[in-house]
Amino acid sequence: MKLIRDTWLMYRRSLILTLRQPVWVAMGLFQPILYLILFAPLLEGATSTAGASASAFNWFVPGLLILTAFFAAFFAGFGLVAEIRYGVVERMRVTPMSRFAMLAGRSLRDVTILLAQSSLLILVAIPFGLELDPLGALLTLGIVALVGLTFSLLSYTLALVTKSEDALAPIAQAVTLPLLLLSGIMLPMALAPDWLQTLSTLNPLTHAVDAARALFNGLWADPQIVVGSVVMGTLALISLVIAARAFARTTA
Amino acid sequence: MATQQTSGSMIETHDLRRTFKTRGKAADVEAVRGVDLHVGAGQIFGFLGPNGAGKTTTLRMLATLLTPTSGEATVAGADLRRQPQRVRERIGYVPQGGSTDPAETGRGELVIQGRLYGMSKSQAVARASEVLALLDLESAADRTTSTYSGGMKRRLDVGLGIVHRPAVLFLDEPTTGLDPQARAGMWDEIRGLRAQGTTVFLTTHYLEEADALADRLAIIDHGLIVAEGTADELKRQVAGDVVTLGVDGATEHVLETVRQQSFVREATGEDGVIRLYVDRGETAVPQLLRVLDGAGLAPSSIALHRPSLDDVFLRQTGRSLRDDAAA
Repeated sequence: MKLIRDTWLMYRRSLILTLRQPVWVAMGLFQPILYLILFAPLLEGATSTAGASASAFNWFVPGLLILTAFFAAFFAGFGLVAEIRYGVVERMRVTPMSRFAMLAGRSLRDVTILLAQSSLLILVAIPFGLELDPLGALLTLGIVALVGLTFSLLSYTLALVTKSEDALAPIAQAVTLPLLLLSGIMLPMALAPDWLQTLSTLNPLTHAVDAARALFNGLWADPQIVVGSVVMGTLALISLVIAARAFARTTA
Repeated sequence: MATQQTSGSMIETHDLRRTFKTRGKAADVEAVRGVDLHVGAGQIFGFLGPNGAGKTTTLRMLATLLTPTSGEATVAGADLRRQPQRVRERIGYVPQGGSTDPAETGRGELVIQGRLYGMSKSQAVARASEVLALLDLESAADRTTSTYSGGMKRRLDVGLGIVHRPAVLFLDEPTTGLDPQARAGMWDEIRGLRAQGTTVFLTTHYLEEADALADRLAIIDHGLIVAEGTADELKRQVAGDVVTLGVDGATEHVLETVRQQSFVREATGEDGVIRLYVDRGETAVPQLLRVLDGAGLAPSSIALHRPSLDDVFLRQTGRSLRDDAAA
């Protein structure tokens, strides 16, 4: 089928071109590893005050995976802006290739790289005292993939609309920081005053983080698993529709 | 694989229009206001116009990148509005600002392009080698395009446009920014494409390029075609001869004086250069000298020539394409 063939061609091309510049893939790991070494140990005290049962690393790493996915995905749009500037996007728009495949191939590339980075990050965390539940970790990667997919799609849409890094950067900044602070990735939201906790529940990222923590630690009865999966699944679907329409319509 | 028609027309447009909506209360911009074009199969068709005249908008519509607001067009035998996908299969498009990823090799770009046009892997690989040989890029085939010179990049852009042997190739300013040698090479490639039966539709800022390459030309201004024909036909429309006068400073005064002469059909001038359109140059020159001498306005230089495409352009649009290109 043409759509699948075109998506595969686009996926293969973009993955190869990304891997030709491994510095960027490695850079994506630099920040989370710093968090792991320089921040996670601080939590040892904080989590015990908040009454969390898991060790600091088992509590922090799932959130860190979501954080990494969220940031990496938001940067995907910058790559697309560059491709628009090179004229590659326009060149492909004149071919009979599927418009949706242009989007899907790139997003699948993003998710692939993200899953490789996440797996590596989990392995790096084990010597620090992370206890690994293989099935839990695998399912957590599912949530990570949904977060990466959602935000890379939204980032591509913004890139197509703005066509400029200068416009994309402040938007990315304005969106990422509040979502990050309200997600409970850094510290348990249980420490927050009521109004902040309420605000936090409106943040889809909070539910992704809660689901990831429950899955990662094998707390199968935790209702947050279902809530987080449904929230992120729905959001991924909505983002897909928005981005697909932008790609079909754009004159980039 | 492309449909090669040996006769008939490859591009037909009727009353093609494109209006851009503007934000706020400003009036919508009518970039293209009813364009009729007829481009015969196997021709090189030159499309000229000042910046902002609707040239690029027309080109982008014909290449399916922009939907026309109204009007009809057939490109390579397919209806532009109803069958854009079929048009895409049969055309190639070479954008002005480049079309390659700096991290990909020339061969890699050609192979993926072929595959996007439906070729199998082995077909695409074989065709990429053919195109690389045709455009003299073999020695650089496996280097990333970031190492290519401007001329090499442009040749690769053209290669990407012809990988699938399109019936019609659109070239947007194919030689802008190239040095004279690379430009001459590009002209040869374009003529070679015509020799193989490809219809070439090109925009250019260089009138000598249009004169040297194009079988037929159209000039667009303010969204309308203002002249169409072969270069010779267009030049003949600028009746008579052209006299160029160099004057020091007194441009306005000289213009006023020469316009009063019955043998001068038209005169334009700026910055000390005056162009006169006259019926018979050989008699006009002595007459002109007498008149100017009598008025104490002796010119610093005088030249007589047959109308060039630049004169056609100036007459039709009121602007010189050269000034426009420099701007």
